[in-house]
Amino acid sequence: MSLLPFCEWLASTPGSIALHESLYAYSVVESIHVLTLTLFAGLAVMLDLRLLGIAMRDTPVSEVADRLFPWTLAGFIVMVITGALLFYGIPVRTYQNMFFRIKVLLLILAGLNVFVFHTKVNRKRAEWDLDPVPPRRARIAGGVSLFLWALIVVAGRMIAYNW
Amino acid sequence: MVLHYFQLLQATRVGEAIRQSTWMFPVIESFHLMGLAVIGGAVLMVNLRLLGFGLNRQPVRQVASDAQPWLIGSLIFMFITGSLQFTAEAVKCYYREAFWVKMSSLLLAILFTFTIQRSVTMADEKRVGPLRCRLVALVSLTLWAGVAIGGRWIGFS
Repeated sequence: MSLLPFCEWLASTPGSIALHESLYAYSVVESIHVLTLTLFAGLAVMLDLRLLGIAMRDTPVSEVADRLFPWTLAGFIVMVITGALLFYGIPVRTYQNMFFRIKVLLLILAGLNVFVFHTKVNRKRAEWDLDPVPPRRARIAGGVSLFLWALIVVAGRMIAYNW
Repeated sequence: MVLHYFQLLQATRVGEAIRQSTWMFPVIESFHLMGLAVIGGAVLMVNLRLLGFGLNRQPVRQVASDAQPWLIGSLIFMFITGSLQFTAEAVKCYYREAFWVKMSSLLLAILFTFTIQRSVTMADEKRVGPLRCRLVALVSLTLWAGVAIGGRWIGFS
């Protein structure tokens, strides 16, 4: 089954129609999605800034990463659920939207960055945990993450404009 | 009276240019949202610490001082991007209840953050009870949530 027929089928399901036609549900889901940005992206940005060595320099990287992780994860879960619902309500148009496709691509890249960070950079964290400015590799990971999330925010906002 | 000034503002060249352009408003909006992420991070860092769910090994004062430049920086950034959006649709904002909810919450949030909350975060930790810290955090979170929800709701008509 290719993706477009799948999206068309999805659009014909009762749940999708209900979400699409509801007066408030879609706006509420959208609002939760946007406002959770503060929790997910906000705390991710704080960690990235620590990795770049420009914020919280006196706090160990591990403290920032580990203490904020449950909150960032919670934010991420809410983002995924509400994001999936937003897609579910308008599957065909979203699938065909260029910014949606760009966003998916950027999300994959952001995921890869997290993977590389955890497998390569974060393993030797004990060596630079207390450094005010972490080593170059960690700074690159933080910078790449910051850049990608900024683009993801832009792409996400643009999906709603039906150009 | 207020409406008159809003109309004048909207009629300015800047307002006109943003309204006429296809992409300007969405791009400014996107930057406003990036600011939202940063201010959200800064506000949450401090309030999670006050609630005892954040960087608990660091003193409250340190977490608050670390977050402060990001809070002020993102506030200024959001003020600029927000003002540009407002200039483009000031009259619409005048008639939207959400706009006034947002602006009142914003005023209260800023006042609270830089007076009462600041006095708690900068005080000697032994002299401020955990209950007071939590109460301050809850008030702060409520006020900022009012700003954010009101802001999002301006867009819905």
